[in-house]
Amino acid sequence: MNIVVCVKYVPDAQAERTFNASDNTTDRENVDGLLSELDEYAVEEALKIVEAGEGEVTVLTVGPDAAADAIKKALQMGADKGVHVNDAAIHGSDAIATSLVLAEAIKKIGDVDLVVTGMASTDGTMGVVPAMLAERLGLPAVTFASELSVEGTTATIRRDGDASTQTITATLPALVSVTDQINEPRYPSFKGIMAAKKKPVEQWSLADLGVDATQVGLDAAWTKVESFAARPPRSQGEIVADEGDGGSKLAAFLTERKFV
Amino acid sequence: MAEVLVLVDHVEGKVRKTTSELLTIARRLGEPSAVFVGSGFDAAKETLARFGAEKIYRVESPEVLEHLVVPQAELLAQLVSSASPAAVLVPSSPEGKEIAARLAVKTESGLITDAVDVQAADGGVATTQSVFAGSYTVSATVTKGTPIVAVKPNSATPEEVAGAAADEVVDFTPSDAAKGAKITESKPKQATGRPELTEAAIVVSGGRGTGGDFSKVEEFADSLGAAVGASRAAVDAGWYPHTSQVGQTGKQVSPQLYVACGISGAIQHRAGMQTSKTIVAVNKDNEAPIFELVDFGVVGDLFTVLPQATEAITAAKD
Repeated sequence: MNIVVCVKYVPDAQAERTFNASDNTTDRENVDGLLSELDEYAVEEALKIVEAGEGEVTVLTVGPDAAADAIKKALQMGADKGVHVNDAAIHGSDAIATSLVLAEAIKKIGDVDLVVTGMASTDGTMGVVPAMLAERLGLPAVTFASELSVEGTTATIRRDGDASTQTITATLPALVSVTDQINEPRYPSFKGIMAAKKKPVEQWSLADLGVDATQVGLDAAWTKVESFAARPPRSQGEIVADEGDGGSKLAAFLTERKFV
Repeated sequence: MAEVLVLVDHVEGKVRKTTSELLTIARRLGEPSAVFVGSGFDAAKETLARFGAEKIYRVESPEVLEHLVVPQAELLAQLVSSASPAAVLVPSSPEGKEIAARLAVKTESGLITDAVDVQAADGGVATTQSVFAGSYTVSATVTKGTPIVAVKPNSATPEEVAGAAADEVVDFTPSDAAKGAKITESKPKQATGRPELTEAAIVVSGGRGTGGDFSKVEEFADSLGAAVGASRAAVDAGWYPHTSQVGQTGKQVSPQLYVACGISGAIQHRAGMQTSKTIVAVNKDNEAPIFELVDFGVVGDLFTVLPQATEAITAAKD
């Protein structure tokens, strides 16, 4: 079982995230980054599948130099090897171009049975790359898995929707995106941290993938951020301490604002 | 005027409010054409006509829905090719976004998700999104292909405008590749009778401070006709289902009123609710960060504050 986990290096959600004023792209330089939290669940799930059977987990990222940290974290958790696609021309790529680069990288890795991703990144949060990637690779996708099992050439997932809980099956090779309900990602052990230093990480450029630089980056994006504006901070309203009448005061506020 | 395709979100022909919002937005951009997949067409047709659908493309093959989203993406791609619409609008739900993602690749078109506003602009559409946990607002346009926009609930007030609703049965067969994934079992959830979380005008959420007892939160919510949400802490503790989670890894809601009960207000939670119009919090800890956001806050125990408020609101309604 060869599994590729796609991960993203994102600005820390706890930090002050912002944009580059020059080109309206996400600021990835002046904000500390890390492996997107939602991707840890994908790494964990891939490790569990391989540990229960056999195979190899390759962790794949597309991003600038600093994105090596995301791969490192996944290797420390236990992934076997890394692939880092890094090319200055990729800066400003939209989801469409990102999915193109990921798809070509997965084709180059070759012989992949299962692609696992998080449900969305914690920065862009669109959650569309998994479906785009599956479309480009011609793979069935089962998304938002809160349970995954693989038997033979069939992947079965449970998806908890608003109206129903569904069981969905797909024939491998397939792509699965997982939610934060699927497992509890492990912390890297000391042994894992030491072992990660010896694990191979391939560095690929667009040329290595046969992707033309004009197909990616800000100029090739099919959408354009025209402007961005910080939302004005909310000003704190009235805070009352409950002195036996807190509930009445709450009801009075809601009545005054015509919510009752 | 060019058509604007609207993918209908419905359950057995009962059309969801998000669809009437999309039809209203579609009217700003061209002539709304609804795309209906599944059963219950007659019931749906009446609603679609009432909110201005000029045309309805329909496919009734049950096969289309058994195989998740790929057949729907193929169907829309076929219609984009035959009708050359000015735009395609889908609900910004997980399913809607997945269909949109595949459609974007198939038709080589730009995709915008999570739009909270869509307007006609020079030769296309201009959208507004809320990003980085609601701390920024971004305006964007589509520069290639047919604009595909996934629109969040409550992004427009549905307007009733009679549409011709001329229905056209589409000759459509999903490809074999579309059948790679299949729904083998579907267990409906028990209905709570409360509004859907992302569509509700009022949301009342409970967190760690409930200690696992959501009864007072639910009674208060019911007095206001509100949906009930939960913080990640409450969901991770197993107190409330994940589908009710409000926050970065759950639902992003933007109701008229959001009431946070026993929720500290970590960034993870704020990401899901801080674009709400009015925010109210009840929390024992007067230093809880949620209080920085509120229009009105009560420092107190939710188990005494909420029942008192529920009683006052119920009395006021009688």
